[in-house]
Amino acid sequence: METDKRSIEREALAKLVSQWLSQGKRVLAPKHSGDKVDFAWVTTLDEVSFGHVQTVQSPKAALFPRVDELFSFRSADGRVEISERDLGALPETVVFGLRPCDAAAFAVLKAIFNWDSPDSLFSARMARTTLVSVACSRDDEYCFCTSMGGGPGAVTGSDILLTDMGQGSFLAEIVSAKGREAAMAAGPLFGPATSAEKESRLARVDAVFAPDAVTAPMARLFDDTAFWEEQSRRCLGCGACAYVCPTCACFDIQDEGGVSGKRLRCWDSCGFGLFTLHTSGHNPRPLQSQRWRQRLMHKFAYMPERQGVLGCVGCGRCSRACPVDMNILEHLRAVAEARP
Amino acid sequence: MSPADIFKPWLMKIEQVTEEAPDVKTLRLVFADERQGSEFAFRTGQFGEYSVFGEGECTFCIASPPTRAGYIECTFRKAGRVTTALAGLEPGETIGFRGPYGNVFPIQDWENKNLLFVAGGIALPPMRSVIWNVLDLRDHYKDVTIVYGARTVADLVYKRELAEWAGRSDVKLITTVDPGGETPDWQGEVGFVPAVLDRIAPASRDTVAVVCGPPVMIKFTFPVLARLGFAPENIFTTLENRMKCGVGKCGRCNVGKHFVCKDGPVFTLAQLRNMPQEY
Repeated sequence: METDKRSIEREALAKLVSQWLSQGKRVLAPKHSGDKVDFAWVTTLDEVSFGHVQTVQSPKAALFPRVDELFSFRSADGRVEISERDLGALPETVVFGLRPCDAAAFAVLKAIFNWDSPDSLFSARMARTTLVSVACSRDDEYCFCTSMGGGPGAVTGSDILLTDMGQGSFLAEIVSAKGREAAMAAGPLFGPATSAEKESRLARVDAVFAPDAVTAPMARLFDDTAFWEEQSRRCLGCGACAYVCPTCACFDIQDEGGVSGKRLRCWDSCGFGLFTLHTSGHNPRPLQSQRWRQRLMHKFAYMPERQGVLGCVGCGRCSRACPVDMNILEHLRAVAEARP
Repeated sequence: MSPADIFKPWLMKIEQVTEEAPDVKTLRLVFADERQGSEFAFRTGQFGEYSVFGEGECTFCIASPPTRAGYIECTFRKAGRVTTALAGLEPGETIGFRGPYGNVFPIQDWENKNLLFVAGGIALPPMRSVIWNVLDLRDHYKDVTIVYGARTVADLVYKRELAEWAGRSDVKLITTVDPGGETPDWQGEVGFVPAVLDRIAPASRDTVAVVCGPPVMIKFTFPVLARLGFAPENIFTTLENRMKCGVGKCGRCNVGKHFVCKDGPVFTLAQLRNMPQEY
């Protein structure tokens, strides 16, 4: 993709963060928390972590909060009044320092929420969110973005992509209309690009397979019960993988607060047995092996066919978070090598 | 037609509450806003999300036919948090409704054919909508046969309507209860639905079968229909997977790549044979 290339110095970047805050925008960025790095609301660039490989959680909560109010209601004397969310009052948000894989994941969320009847709350947040990513200079054994069509310096999905060129200078690639608007608003904080190439600054993540190598056999593996039992043997059904995943968007709807309360949308996971349990006690997916199959099939077979996107960006978070060390890359490799 | 926000329900006034069987009730609902009510349209087979504010939402088919305008009905068994709350409501109270969602029974394609309806227990409600729909357009269809069974006589729902159908010369109704579920004055059949169906052996020629019931009833009914000569594309059912959103996003009703809420709930046996067993 052709991008408009500029440069920005670290001091200017710090000013840019202050500028966003003074314009009333919220800034979500990676921040050290104990020995981990995770997304948090920041007020200065100094709080932002740059050197980490990946945050524990994804930034999806910026658009799809863990618990989100759909509307509130008041009941009295058999009458009910519904108060809709004021979408115009949703805050402008900059997600800063997300990785290219996370930026790509927002397009996946968009496909899930808007593939059929558009989700107005998600869309309103999306319209008010600017993604300023930072390319990866480091990777670890769990990263596999290049096997999912992305890359440590991929621009797709970002509004602006920054690459640390050393000595406090960043290459800024202006990718989208929203990015151009943000750069315009920043005025002289962005300078002309230097001739330096970003490639040498990027982590090297070798592709293990092409996405097709996984998606093609996946659809044929559904009935291979022994394969899924073997693959899921260790799975605890804890749902951690879904919670940290940047593209997992399955949700529950619950009321809270009694007769004058709120209807909430909450994160959920296909790894939980209750997820599909019927009132009668019947469960279409009673076994953990069937739930693990659902997780993989949904991302690598159903979504490509129904929403036209792959449900994974290769960020590796599920593998890092798994308490029993199930590495999704190994499971996908098993799919690619399976001969159903 | 539907509100801009896909999760915002319409407010519905409960007009009538009917006790159908132990813990089973039917609510007749009218739109609190008459204009919304006059614009509302659905087709038989579709479902909705019904909510008690403060308790949550649950999914039921629309149990009334689209030919009876001005209201919708739902029939449910008191089982969990929301249905327990629904069961405690009185006429005049307000609940929420989102819908209509999902696909429909293709009743136009069934014109000039015989219709066989096979239902078990609390699965008569989705079929009640389509039964009344075709009975309200009676000239368009040939023989109408209804086979309905429940665990006990008390568990049969829509007893007044069963009596009405039994009294019609243009409807053949066979009711049955499971062995041991009969009362001393029970006039109907005794036996499980698939066995009764096998015994009465309705002709399959020019006939469409619609089957709704608990998974075990469905499982044993399909082979009987196959023996009677029904082609898989002439056997319809409606799936009841757990749902939250009803609009293809929440991620739990899928059967393989198919969303029950979008591609269903109505499927033919021919379609089900190409789908994984996840229902």
